[in-house]
Amino acid sequence: MTNNWVDIKNANVVLVMGGNPAEAHPCGFKWVVEAKAHNKAQLIVVDPRFTRTAAVADVFAQIRPGSDIAFLGGVIRHLLEKDAIQKDYVTSYTNAAFIVKEGYGFEDGLFSGYDEAKHAYDKSSWSYEMGADGFAKIDPTLQDPRCVYQLMKRHYARYTPKMVADVTGVPEGTFQRICEAIASTSAPDRTLTSLYALGWTQHSVGAQNIRTMGMIQLLLGNVGMPGGGVNALRGHSNIQGLTDLGLLSDLLPGYMTVPREADGDVETYLAKRTQKPIRPNQMSYWQNYPKFYVSFMKAWWGKAATKENGWAYDYLPKLDKVYDLLAVFDLMYEGKVNGYVCQGFNPLASAPNKAKLLEGLSKLKFLVSIDPLVTETSNFWQNHGDLNPVDPSKIQTEVFRLPSSCFAEEEGSLVNSGRWLQWHWKAAEPPGEGKGDPEIMAAIFNRIRTLYAKEGGAFPDPIRDLTWDYKIPDRPSAEELAREFNGKALADVPDPKDPKAPPLAKAGDQLATFAHLQDDGSTASGCWIFCGSFTQAGNQMARRDTADPSGLGVTPGWGWSWPANRRVLYNRASADPSGKPWDPKRKLVWWNGAKWVGHDVPDFKVDSKPEEGMSPFIMNPEGVGRLFALDKMAEGPFPEHYEPFESPIGANPLHPKVGPNPAARLYAKDKAQLGLPGEFPYAATTYRVVEHFHFWTKHARIPAVLQPELFIELDEALAAKKGIRSGDAVAVRSKRGRIVGKAVVTKRIKPLKIAGQEVHTVGIPIHWGFDGLTKPGYISNTLTPFVGDANTQTPEFKAFLVDVEKAAAGKV
Amino acid sequence: MSVTRRQFLQLTAAGVGSTGLVALGFSPDRVLADVRNFKLSRTAETRNTCPYCSVGCGVILYTLGDRSKNAHSAVMHVEGDPDHPVNRGTLCPKGASLLDFIQSPNRLRYPEYRAPGSDKWERVTWEWALDRIARLMKDDRDKHFVAKNAAGVTVNRWPTVGMLAASASSNESGYITHKVFRAMGGVAFDNQARV
Amino acid sequence: MAFQSLDVINRSASTSTPPQARGALEVAKLIDISKCIGCKACQSACMEWNDLRDEVGVNPGHYDNPADLTAQSWTVMRFYEEELPADKGLAWLIVKDGCLHCAEPGCLKACPAPGAIVQYANGIVDFQQDQCIGCGYCQTGCPFNIPRYSMKDQKAYKCTLCSDRVSVGLEPACVKTCPTGALAFGTKTDMKDLAGERLVELKARGFEKAALYDPSGVGGTHVLFVLPHGDPELYRLPKDPRVSPLVALWRSGVAKTLGVLTMVSVVVAGFFHYMKVGPIEVDEDHKENPS
Repeated sequence: MTNNWVDIKNANVVLVMGGNPAEAHPCGFKWVVEAKAHNKAQLIVVDPRFTRTAAVADVFAQIRPGSDIAFLGGVIRHLLEKDAIQKDYVTSYTNAAFIVKEGYGFEDGLFSGYDEAKHAYDKSSWSYEMGADGFAKIDPTLQDPRCVYQLMKRHYARYTPKMVADVTGVPEGTFQRICEAIASTSAPDRTLTSLYALGWTQHSVGAQNIRTMGMIQLLLGNVGMPGGGVNALRGHSNIQGLTDLGLLSDLLPGYMTVPREADGDVETYLAKRTQKPIRPNQMSYWQNYPKFYVSFMKAWWGKAATKENGWAYDYLPKLDKVYDLLAVFDLMYEGKVNGYVCQGFNPLASAPNKAKLLEGLSKLKFLVSIDPLVTETSNFWQNHGDLNPVDPSKIQTEVFRLPSSCFAEEEGSLVNSGRWLQWHWKAAEPPGEGKGDPEIMAAIFNRIRTLYAKEGGAFPDPIRDLTWDYKIPDRPSAEELAREFNGKALADVPDPKDPKAPPLAKAGDQLATFAHLQDDGSTASGCWIFCGSFTQAGNQMARRDTADPSGLGVTPGWGWSWPANRRVLYNRASADPSGKPWDPKRKLVWWNGAKWVGHDVPDFKVDSKPEEGMSPFIMNPEGVGRLFALDKMAEGPFPEHYEPFESPIGANPLHPKVGPNPAARLYAKDKAQLGLPGEFPYAATTYRVVEHFHFWTKHARIPAVLQPELFIELDEALAAKKGIRSGDAVAVRSKRGRIVGKAVVTKRIKPLKIAGQEVHTVGIPIHWGFDGLTKPGYISNTLTPFVGDANTQTPEFKAFLVDVEKAAAGKV
Repeated sequence: MSVTRRQFLQLTAAGVGSTGLVALGFSPDRVLADVRNFKLSRTAETRNTCPYCSVGCGVILYTLGDRSKNAHSAVMHVEGDPDHPVNRGTLCPKGASLLDFIQSPNRLRYPEYRAPGSDKWERVTWEWALDRIARLMKDDRDKHFVAKNAAGVTVNRWPTVGMLAASASSNESGYITHKVFRAMGGVAFDNQARV
Repeated sequence: MAFQSLDVINRSASTSTPPQARGALEVAKLIDISKCIGCKACQSACMEWNDLRDEVGVNPGHYDNPADLTAQSWTVMRFYEEELPADKGLAWLIVKDGCLHCAEPGCLKACPAPGAIVQYANGIVDFQQDQCIGCGYCQTGCPFNIPRYSMKDQKAYKCTLCSDRVSVGLEPACVKTCPTGALAFGTKTDMKDLAGERLVELKARGFEKAALYDPSGVGGTHVLFVLPHGDPELYRLPKDPRVSPLVALWRSGVAKTLGVLTMVSVVVAGFFHYMKVGPIEVDEDHKENPS
């Protein structure tokens, strides 16, 4: 979230699209209900189903799965045609005025630079026109035909209400009503908040779904504002934290990136990431990348990281490609992965195309599951009839199942969607012989380290030299680890303004802020964005002050929020260029004549005078928000509607020649496993329901009572056509497999008219499996396609094709 | 206690003169109206965070026993933390039944091993399991570690063993997991951010 | 042991006047359907707090799970899909079913077992299972079809409004947990005020017929509903619930003798009924299944 949960109460319009917070985040959703009750807010829900969120909405629109960009592109067109944008914000705080290089273009569904053979773009034309002074050229009048504003207007001119209705199924009247509500928040004293989750990410155009909303919020001047922002409602309790800590193939802690082979030496690696400003007087905060990098390397490799060895640059692996979940399962399927460790993760249930996953797992030499619970993944070799038809005697994988503690049995911190780090305490011991995850990881590592010390082997240096100063080496404490990721001074850190003043931090002190990090090896910090969470003053994540002086839901003394305890990102943009809040009733930060102050920690250089012209988006070298994404996205600088890889309509109505995302990665064998509408005529989407959390709560009795059995939702017309009644067993088939569940025939899904044809949507919740206290059920991901978003490789769970039929009674 | 006694007497007196079963001689042993005993009066309380979605609701764990040496703490009730700025004491149906996750019969209790081709789990010791896992990992790393690519560039990666990190474990768990796996050259690394 | 027992103002099968000198704050739970998302947190918290674990059932083809109230499920959410007239579109009406804690409780009036059903001064109507004889007359007396039998112990159960929590000054478990604030708890006066505020807000949003449900036929209730569309029957709530006149008759002072005679027959009949067929089944007709 750019903002945070409580902040939602400040919104005037709440747009829930790509999420279903009443079901997946009920306690956060209370702030939507609060906005309605006490801020007269309007709630708009756009979803393929009338969900529990829709049950309390003012306006609901049913959309065809996978057509969100068509809808949002239509909103952009509406805002530009009606000039319903916050003009001053757009000209000052976005790249609307920036001139795009000659050579950029868009034609018949493709942007300039497409390489058909590689399914990828040469993005060199997706950039700004640079002046001789080294700065990007702009036209503040927005009249230049090559400025971003004009290009955007041209790009979205095609997204007429009729086109929107044709592609999405949303009637023009409803669409118009929603556009007007959204447009009303272009006023400086009105804001819209966008709440989304996996309903936007789990598409082959997932990242662009979100970008489109980001553009809308920039046009409306809603980014940085209380009650505004683009708010990702993360799915799991600490998936924000694990992402922040870089537990991904290509990330390092704090959104630094793992070097690529092409990055060459450490100087090149750093130079590519240390971006200089491309407009005058801009901050371009990533200029500090070397400080974050060096401090990180010192945290991990201590004295072995020296200036001479590039701070142990060789100790980091260099990527030849990204090894995301799908890529690794594909390699596993090819027999190229030997071992796999699943820590609190049940991929057999949560990754796409179960049959492919099963085959991959069966080729492993060993699988380790570290989990508090039984998982289908750890039991993948067990025969459960139709639910898991395998022959254990043919599976040669060695499988280990290690019992870990659950939240109640450990202490530590989690990061919620609003970026709050909150500390929790241990209440009891884990059952039986269970152990905490840090202890298990330490035990495995210490054994491997001992083996290397004894036997030698492949490049033992980074293992040998890894810092390990924990008081009990086999059991690092949560506090020790938290202190480490915060970081400390290794030598006195002098005050750059006055070398004679007392040091900013004394050698050995916990650091107070990442502003004190150095690139000379005198500071260590395991995750720079968490620096400030565990200072000399103690554990800031454990703070419990509920005070909210501004009444805007800021609570600066509750837990600690990254970065720098800031509660609303980009909050500088909540004030106009002169430093005065756009809305006097919603003041977050302002210029007091000498510095930036406010109810929140200003997301800005505190002493930068407004007349110096520094812009609010300090992480970007141009200082402004990007309506035009430059080369940051795989499939284009402006989001474009592409069909899902399995689409119920023959061709993309916007450009028949380019159907699905042209830059997405699709392995040949998975391409052969895509279904066509002739055989699989119905659009399908998967989702959570409120009674369950992913694949865990099926092991808990009460949730099992509240929603005991796999069900399939289908509309009344489709049910009638197939002779299916509520409560019947219904079989759902995709090109990849078949599942059977109980039919829930509902008025909450309606057939849609799409490009002249009738499209039915089938709803498939995900929570069941062959283990659990619930009724044994099929894994819904048996059906889903093995293709992901072009940028993030998030699987396309939300839009694929199926056929349905009545199943024999008792066959569930 | 005195209130209850007083009520007991009132009710018994009322019962004697009443119609119904008492008049017919079907007098219960003890005619007493009282509410069910409040079950949390001496439980220990621990502040925690719900491990499910990322609203990050504050919860209070109520445990059996007062943490004295011989008392084995067991969570017996979970309720929302009224101080928490986001949930303000509320919990969703999953959070409200966290007790049944903590006390699930499907919690793992000891390390187990499934041998190649076997159709069953067998209980093993931690020592044995960890030794075996470390051995398998080290042998694989030694065999498949890529020190240089075809062009001779130092790449120092280990692509043949993958790691999926938990989505609900703490930052501290995540941090040490990343540290250990990356230090071995691990690249086939992901978390549950997408699925 | 609760810290403070609640004063009893009424008990089943008893005609003596309970002490009246002390008053207590009358409490109420307000269920605001306009804020309800049907998340079942109330069901979950109810089971967890009251140490109830119903059986894991099946999906009957809709969202209601468990499909009905049981001795282990004292509250259930009921889901009704309604196409509203005048092009107002689809409404998903979600009603939390459970005891309404009537001011004039039909269950208590009908109950022949002394002290098996009591009413506290704060308005809570509570079952005392150790006094319950399992005759089923509470079900006959209840105009809302709430009490349910346990097959384990042949006793009747229903929502206690968490009398154990209220007795120590806490709100009921369902109210505390409700994520959206659809449930509120306080004095009945405060709850009626809150309902009034909500009605103003709902009317301003176009719910012209929004109304409070506090039916007078049972003397008012201690569980109130804000009904956005007004008409109770749309939510499958009885329009004008009343205790059956027969129940009132046999429990009246005039019919005291008759009452004793009735009791004899009730006990005897109940005994034989139970010996032959087990607990009395309740007619389910007025609880429609949703589509």
